Amino acid sequence: MADDKDVLRDVWFGRIPACFTLSPEETTEREAEPYYLLLPRVSYLTLVTDKVKKHFLRVMKTEDVEEMWFEYEGTPLKWHYPIGVLFDLHASNTALPWNVTVHFKNFPERDLLHCSSNSVIEAHFMSCIKEADALKHKSQVINDMQKKDHKQLWMGLQNDKFDQFWAMNRKLMEYPTEEGGFRYIPFRIYQTTSDRPFIQKLFRPVSPEGHTLTLGDLLKELFPAAICAEDEPKRFQVMIHGIEPLLETPIQWLSEHLSHPDNFLHISIIPAPSD
Amino acid sequence: MPSSLLWAVDVYGRVYSLSTAGQQWEHCRDAHLEFKRVTAVQQCCWSIACDHNIYLYVHASEVPIRYQEETYENQRWNPVDGFSDRLLPSDRWQWSDITGLKHQPLGDFQLPSENWEWEADWYIDENFGGEPTEKGGWTYAIDFPATYTKDKKWNSCVRRRRWIRYRRYKAQDTWVKIPSEQTESLPDPFNDITCGGWEITEEPRGCLALWAVSLQGKVRTQFVPDHFYCTFEQVWFRCDINHHNPEGSVWEEVPVPGEVVQISCGPGDLVWAVWFRRGVNSHNPCGSGWIGMVGEMVMINVGLSDQVWAIGFEDRAVYFRQGVTASELSGKAWKVVSVPRDSERSHSSASASSLQSAGCFFGGEVRLQSQASMLSDADAETERAGGEVVPTPEIGDAPKPRIPKVTSDSFISELVSDREGQISRRDVPPAGPSIPEEDHPEKDQSGGVDPQWSNVDLEEAQTHLTSGPGGDAAETSSLSSVATYNLALEEPYGLDEPPKWAWVSGGGCLVECHTQLNWFNSSTSTALNSSMQAMSLSITPAQTAAWRKQIFEQLSERSKREMENFMHYEQAIEQSVWVKKGTMQWWRDWKPHKWVDVQFALEQFSGVEGNKDGILFIYYTFNDEKKYLHMFINEVTILVPVLNDSKHTFAIYTAERTKQRWPMRLAAATELEMHDWLALLSVSCCDSRGIQGPPSKQAIWSVTCKGDIFVSEPTKELEASPYPTPCAQMFWRQVGGHLRIIESNSLGVVWGIGYDHTAWVHTGGYGGGFFQGLASSTDNIYTQTDVKSVYIYENQRWNPVTGYTNRGLPTDRYMWSNASGLKECTKNNTKPPSPNWTWVSDWTIDYAVPGGTDREGWQYAADFPASYHGNKTLKDFVRRRRWARKCKLTTTGPWQEVPPIPLSDITILPCGPKSTVEQVSLWAISNKGDILCRLGVTSLTPGSSSNYGSSWLHVGTDQPFKSISIGAVHQVWAIAKDGSAFYRGSVSAQNPAGDCWYHIPSPTGQKLKQVSVGRTSVYTVDENGNLWYRHGVTPSYPQGSSWEHISNNVRKVSVGPLDQVWVIADKVQGSHSLSCGTVCRRLGVLPMEPKGHSWDYGIGGGWDHITVRGNAMEAPRIVMPSLTDNQTATRPLQTSNQPEMNGNPVGC
Repeated sequence: MADDKDVLRDVWFGRIPACFTLSPEETTEREAEPYYLLLPRVSYLTLVTDKVKKHFLRVMKTEDVEEMWFEYEGTPLKWHYPIGVLFDLHASNTALPWNVTVHFKNFPERDLLHCSSNSVIEAHFMSCIKEADALKHKSQVINDMQKKDHKQLWMGLQNDKFDQFWAMNRKLMEYPTEEGGFRYIPFRIYQTTSDRPFIQKLFRPVSPEGHTLTLGDLLKELFPAAICAEDEPKRFQVMIHGIEPLLETPIQWLSEHLSHPDNFLHISIIPAPSD
Repeated sequence: MPSSLLWAVDVYGRVYSLSTAGQQWEHCRDAHLEFKRVTAVQQCCWSIACDHNIYLYVHASEVPIRYQEETYENQRWNPVDGFSDRLLPSDRWQWSDITGLKHQPLGDFQLPSENWEWEADWYIDENFGGEPTEKGGWTYAIDFPATYTKDKKWNSCVRRRRWIRYRRYKAQDTWVKIPSEQTESLPDPFNDITCGGWEITEEPRGCLALWAVSLQGKVRTQFVPDHFYCTFEQVWFRCDINHHNPEGSVWEEVPVPGEVVQISCGPGDLVWAVWFRRGVNSHNPCGSGWIGMVGEMVMINVGLSDQVWAIGFEDRAVYFRQGVTASELSGKAWKVVSVPRDSERSHSSASASSLQSAGCFFGGEVRLQSQASMLSDADAETERAGGEVVPTPEIGDAPKPRIPKVTSDSFISELVSDREGQISRRDVPPAGPSIPEEDHPEKDQSGGVDPQWSNVDLEEAQTHLTSGPGGDAAETSSLSSVATYNLALEEPYGLDEPPKWAWVSGGGCLVECHTQLNWFNSSTSTALNSSMQAMSLSITPAQTAAWRKQIFEQLSERSKREMENFMHYEQAIEQSVWVKKGTMQWWRDWKPHKWVDVQFALEQFSGVEGNKDGILFIYYTFNDEKKYLHMFINEVTILVPVLNDSKHTFAIYTAERTKQRWPMRLAAATELEMHDWLALLSVSCCDSRGIQGPPSKQAIWSVTCKGDIFVSEPTKELEASPYPTPCAQMFWRQVGGHLRIIESNSLGVVWGIGYDHTAWVHTGGYGGGFFQGLASSTDNIYTQTDVKSVYIYENQRWNPVTGYTNRGLPTDRYMWSNASGLKECTKNNTKPPSPNWTWVSDWTIDYAVPGGTDREGWQYAADFPASYHGNKTLKDFVRRRRWARKCKLTTTGPWQEVPPIPLSDITILPCGPKSTVEQVSLWAISNKGDILCRLGVTSLTPGSSSNYGSSWLHVGTDQPFKSISIGAVHQVWAIAKDGSAFYRGSVSAQNPAGDCWYHIPSPTGQKLKQVSVGRTSVYTVDENGNLWYRHGVTPSYPQGSSWEHISNNVRKVSVGPLDQVWVIADKVQGSHSLSCGTVCRRLGVLPMEPKGHSWDYGIGGGWDHITVRGNAMEAPRIVMPSLTDNQTATRPLQTSNQPEMNGNPVGC
């Protein structure tokens, strides 16, 4: 039987093949070849696209270059969402590789946050982890860690060091046995059909009666439309890391095994393909 | 951890037992009487009933209690009748015991009590000293008494044969009265009873000592400063209880100076002393300041592994002393055992269910439980108010006709005297009737404070208590008790009324410090620890749930979909070199060899195909010059922790170093550092070879002399012919745990046996031990313990003036030494084998030494070193005796215990590469030599849940066995303890236990030791290290015809499903040294040449066991044309159900 640890590995080493093409709006000295890259699902766009930037800068004049940003089929891609979430939300059920358009001009200030350096990503990542631990352990675990432990989490993500990251992240995933789970589950529900960035509420992994709560319970409370009756056609897909877990999957288990490195369980709800 | 039972008697005389795995007291309903006392050991429970008779309750076991009766039939030859039963007048009886002195015809044998039954009728034993005799079983001699041989000679004038019959103890799982005629002869009834002494070293293993105190005349109390003594004049000792004779035989009176009111003994002397100490601590009322800590206890009992049980004085609840460990015998705090009785469960379903869902029955945090503690508190208060009367309002409130009977005068008076809490405890030495002079030194302090025991921890413990049951009770109000009291009036079993206990016995209850009991759940253990979940013994349903399966499947689908066709894409994040450095000591490769300080560095980087690789660097200084040597991680074949009592050392082998028998030896500064490095290097080695996750079904397992477990993944080429992969190139990785023997098959069923004979089944996990975090699976790792003995020798030399003394000649060995005499080993300087082991007993003389000992354990010889014998002769100028001390290891690994029967050998059906077998045959030998067949082992899902099986089936034998092996078509071979071989007939998948044993003669003059059966090949090893191949084994004649010598210096053999032959060999030549305990593989083994022609040497020395029985991967075979025709003839052997009767069918 496969071990739960294998899930962690699969989640960490999930890769999305992407094809980066320069936007035709950009002025270039000569034609820009597309750039192909395997993107880690759990990382952030701006963290892993140095090579893309380098590639396109070679055909551009420095004065034409502003902050790099990405767009997929007209939608600016928010770098502060994990890559896997962006893909699941906007591009699942499409042909691979994922065609991402690269822009160096006309930064969409209304849609995107600026990302001047990796330290911005680090700050965002760490604040997510801290928020998650506040929900899980009243911040007790993250506050007990030292500065270098925080650094280890970040460096683990930045350098794609699964062992290094999990050696520390393990502690964030612990909970008292008798409580049967975290205090609250850190999760975010994303949808394409709404202007709300995401749904996030307090949700416990165990009901007051002591029952283990499931993904279905969570959706029932927060996104009832995602649960369809047996006779109805499926209207929505509930995606986590590109898969659709069964609704009876315990939410606590999901939180421990299918959370992103930022310790949040990112759930994408997309319209089911019509065919 | 197997479940074991805690026994207790409540104040109404009802006996209850509580399983360590259970959550409620089970009423022992078939006891029709009320009991006063119980005393339990693991296999049985003794009690005194109110009729003052002693009763015994033997737990049912899958291995029956059987006893062999024997008698000899003697005959003399005369010219007229030949051999006949007409003997000379001076001869022995026609039917006699072995000595000929006692007349015992078959008809005179009576069952000792109605609790025994005969297994079968008398039959002739045709086994003579390990060799089969002619039909009829006669052995011949010139005259009585003389040396008998199995061959009739010209001068054989007398002959005799042995008849045997087994009787079986049938009264299991029921209370049996010990025959009263034995107790009637006593002047008065028994008043207290205790059982123990199963580890008294002078007695054979399995022997129990039962002690009882009888009541003579009236109870007399006399006042002695600060203490009350109740006087009894006799202590009785029950003789001769062992596993063959659970009821014992006679009572012996033990003269005791002074008086005894209550006796208690533990497993051995040491534990007894500990008990004594506990008793003093907790009962001593004379103002030492400890009283507050313990509360007042009515009685106290020491169980297995020094765990302490008590009954509270005020609430009459059963308490468990928490935190008693070998290093901290005083424990930490008393915890009340608060689980419902079975009757309560059924009556009050509401409370039962809430308790269950709470999952814990104890502790300040669990409010659901407060009902029980409130009541106990209420009781306590009424008792306090009621003063001296102990059996309290309850008796009045709940009118039960039986009660007065139970609380007979002696019982009440005892409770009253208990109220004073001042009882003298006398040391009754457990060693036998010859005691008075051996009395314990502490005895005369009779409950007084021994200053040396007033340790500091106890004050601290007091604070622990307040957060424990005491604190809980104090918070609760006593008002609510009224309602439940009314209920108690109506309910026969006192619904919701907390049980009031009179007696508890933990002698059969094994609680280890690391086990979690669900009788109470400590509120202090709120440490954030999700891995605690993994400790729960059962496989959670979550692991088999559909949602889980779905996630696994979808994830691998996703990886395939998103990555498979895109692996040529560039990775977004480049892998960088990663270096870990440290300081270590290195055993210099050249002479003079010595430990030198070095810098040690591991550089890891990504290899060409994305797999990780690394290089090890050792930087040293030589002649003031800085130098280094390096080793590629992908060339490392094994990392072996090495036992060394002063350094934390390990060895690194490559294939080349394995051939040279010369590893790179390194020592880390601390154990932790060594384990960090080992775990890191191991992960790095596995990464470089692309090995991860649990061992495969085909894996080859081996165990070192130290008990460390290694596993290797075979490739197809490993058994290729004629050019197999050299076994020095095999890569071995360590798996957590500690075992002596491990066996597997190609369906992934893996079982092991520890040094303490505990059986373990592989859970399908990996890692454990020092493999923390990612090098280890999370779900399948459990705590594992093992116990072994460390031996040292006391040596003495004789001189004409003072006899044997510890003054040796200057040339002599150390007077305290190891077995070889070369190393000094005193009681004080001898340490456990490594820091992971802790002492769990004191030094005791070992009487079970090969060659025998005298009454004091001495063995004599003419000089050191020589062969020793157990009786002194005139020529003996030196003597020695062996001392043993037990030590215990606690570790973790992917192993789950298979209680309760201790085993000494095990074998699992080897299967072909693609075979599917529903029931996997698994045979074992118990450590007493019984042969067992495991039922219900399947390979439907890997891991312990189905490989665990359901129960043992006992297979009857006439003698104890020591080794067993089953072949691919259910050929079962076994080796008896006397060194003879047996073949089991008619074993098949349908008839897993077979029908009878065929005695196979051993190779001439050799006693066999071990057997292994592959697809068709049968190999054995004898006690002199010879390896034998069984010739002439055919489908119609599976017993074969003769033994052929293959090799010497072999310690163990493992024959696999491809008939591959692997051994552990001694005296293997390397370029640097001879090595003992080396893994070797037989080269040139082919279907037509099952014996092979030479050896290929692998890892070692220091290896003790290997199993290749999982490796059924056939190599792409280069077949020579001449052989192909014959191959079909030797392919899978079909045993017929009616084998020819060429062997001697023996036994049933």
